[in-house]
Amino acid sequence: MTGPAESAREAAEGEYNFAYLDEQTKRMIRRAILKAIAVPGYQVPFASREMPMPYGWGTGGVQVTASILGRDDRLKVIDQGSDDTTNAVSIRAFFEKTAQVETTTQTGEATIIQTRHRIPEKALSQDQVIVYQVPIPEPLRYLEPRETETRKMHALAEYGLMHVKLYEDIARHGHIATTYAYPVKVDGRYVMDPSPTPKFDNPKMHGMKALQLFGAGREKRIYAIPPHTTVESLDFEDHPFKVQTFDRPCAICGAEEVYLDEVILDDRGGRMFVCSDTDHCEERRAAGHVGEAGGNPLEREGAA
Amino acid sequence: MSALLDTAAPLPGLPDPVHDSQAAFRAVMNALARPGKPQKLDTGDFQAPAPLSNTAGAIALSLFDYDTPVWLDAELAGSSQVWQFLRFHTGCPITDDPGEASFALVSDAEHMPPLSSFNQGTLEYPDRSTTIIAMVDKLTGAKAVTLSGPGLKKPAGFNASPLPPSFWNELAAIHAQFPRGVDMLFVTQKQVAGLPRSTRIEMKGR
Repeated sequence: MTGPAESAREAAEGEYNFAYLDEQTKRMIRRAILKAIAVPGYQVPFASREMPMPYGWGTGGVQVTASILGRDDRLKVIDQGSDDTTNAVSIRAFFEKTAQVETTTQTGEATIIQTRHRIPEKALSQDQVIVYQVPIPEPLRYLEPRETETRKMHALAEYGLMHVKLYEDIARHGHIATTYAYPVKVDGRYVMDPSPTPKFDNPKMHGMKALQLFGAGREKRIYAIPPHTTVESLDFEDHPFKVQTFDRPCAICGAEEVYLDEVILDDRGGRMFVCSDTDHCEERRAAGHVGEAGGNPLEREGAA
Repeated sequence: MSALLDTAAPLPGLPDPVHDSQAAFRAVMNALARPGKPQKLDTGDFQAPAPLSNTAGAIALSLFDYDTPVWLDAELAGSSQVWQFLRFHTGCPITDDPGEASFALVSDAEHMPPLSSFNQGTLEYPDRSTTIIAMVDKLTGAKAVTLSGPGLKKPAGFNASPLPPSFWNELAAIHAQFPRGVDMLFVTQKQVAGLPRSTRIEMKGR
């Protein structure tokens, strides 16, 4: 086992620069981040680097995190709300190795939270930064494939097409059927893709105390929402924006008004719905809350 | 030519380039994310050549490189020490056309050129604009303007001095053409405050 002091020495001897990226790359990304903050919701092009993980595994988020990360930061990484899935574990290990920073799974303890497609249930504070991994940053891309055209549409704030898309949902399904990557308008100007978070999380973006940064590695874009910024989910007067609701509370901790994941328990149709935010669930259980399953059935079986 | 010949080696750069530039960047990032709220920027033993202040120098070394043309005001452009220092440590091209600059360094904020002479970006690419780093004496005093918008929970008063008398009118006019515009960083000896173009500015006594 190498202690932090020893691994720091190894790095100094030329294993990796702090947080993997070279300083010129960090400067370029930092400049893009500053522009992104100054023009909320606008996608700033940047020279995305090849990272030691494939595109689609969060290379954009990793580059943003690597550029803002300092020695004293405490990093949390989540994948669909969970700290323990492959993507979260490998990115956390990546920064433990290349930056020797402290990591945590507790939302309240972290100074930087990198996320793939969820916002923690616990409200974030002004001293935190949340970094989203984004696959397709352009909300208009499936409606208009040409970059030259979507760029012009953003320049002129010409977003009629997006409302047509939402209207077509209503015409076909009777309601707006978009459930994730639900388009938002930032500070009344730019329409922005909130990354494929469930629309359940959209209201959390509005007026959030923490700075929100978005990185898309393959598509080479960075964008941001400063703290306390107006973020509206697009809708119609007669079809207002609504989030998903769940019939039952979390089976393990009994939490209501949180986003739930379906977990298959056996091959006889057994299933349960549990908190997608694992830290939130653990924290509630530690505080003595119990759901209808009376504890975690997977742990009882010894299957976990 | 003589400017390049008449002095000794440039002053040293940031003592710990990796972590010092990260710290300077985070201060600037927080400053732009929370407009008008001064952020502490401790430069330690680092020394920039006068008239470049230590804080402005640390920000310059953290953000400038060969990709960023830099415009200097007359006082800074007149100092071969400053030229050498920036050219040696960052490799940034130095331009005398403010409309072409990615960054502008202003040591004499009171005599800053009109803001409209800097690059405002385009509607398609608002990010191709100038970020102005203005060295001011203080960020306190009677509030000249009220700020609101992204990064501000509720409207807050702000002042920086000295600035040209027409400054706030110019900046309000520039912010009205959002998303085009310039972003301001005001630096004192120990602090940096940001004023991104997304901030709405209301003048007192209107």
